[in-house]
Amino acid sequence: MSTVNLVYFSWVRERIGKGEETLELPADVLTVADLIAHLKTRGEEYEAAFAHENVIRAAINQEHVDHGEPIGNAREIALFPPMTGG
Amino acid sequence: MTAPVTVRVQREDFDMAAEVSALCRDRTDIGAVVTFSGLCRDEAGSLVALELEHYPGMAEGEIERICHEAVKRFGLQAATAIHRFGKITPGENIVLVIAASSHRQAAFDGANFIMDFLKTSAPFWKKEHRADGRTGDWVSAKDADDAARERWKRET
Repeated sequence: MSTVNLVYFSWVRERIGKGEETLELPADVLTVADLIAHLKTRGEEYEAAFAHENVIRAAINQEHVDHGEPIGNAREIALFPPMTGG
Repeated sequence: MTAPVTVRVQREDFDMAAEVSALCRDRTDIGAVVTFSGLCRDEAGSLVALELEHYPGMAEGEIERICHEAVKRFGLQAATAIHRFGKITPGENIVLVIAASSHRQAAFDGANFIMDFLKTSAPFWKKEHRADGRTGDWVSAKDADDAARERWKRET
């Protein structure tokens, strides 16, 4: 069991209803994809945020990663939609 | 000497001329400066403002990484990138990129490269505030922006 700080942006944040939270991760949550699947079991607001999980982008400790990336000892994991800056 | 890279993420506006002067100050080796500025655009009077959300820390980090990559790839002598956040109304500035080099081609390519990667990798999101009172429409990412970034891979 490890503790990680999760941060959400844009419509992911709006659908979940909060910008960040600290979560105890079950031992079987090994990758970003596992984390998203785990979050989807936490309520309909999470299901709504991650309904199209293939479009969701992730960053571990503020660096972009793919869904297959191992979480390891991440301090901070961010989940957000495709970026629209510039 | 490592080429200086200046990156800022800020709520307030920027002054393009002042940023160019700062970048060129005390330098005699720069022969070309290319600037790009992106503005908030209204289409058909329907947009009141854009609200830009960002991921503090990562936004600066990603833009710095992109600028350093451009310096290395094109041999830039300096680069500046400033991106605003918060509520921005049509006609206002959103982003500024300055690329400086000995000759023009590297400066043009460098500015272009920085913008293409900034659009798809820097963690910013735009939300529309519309004239009819509706808010909540997040701007969708465009496939064309992904394609613009991908072409730099082919041209290596």
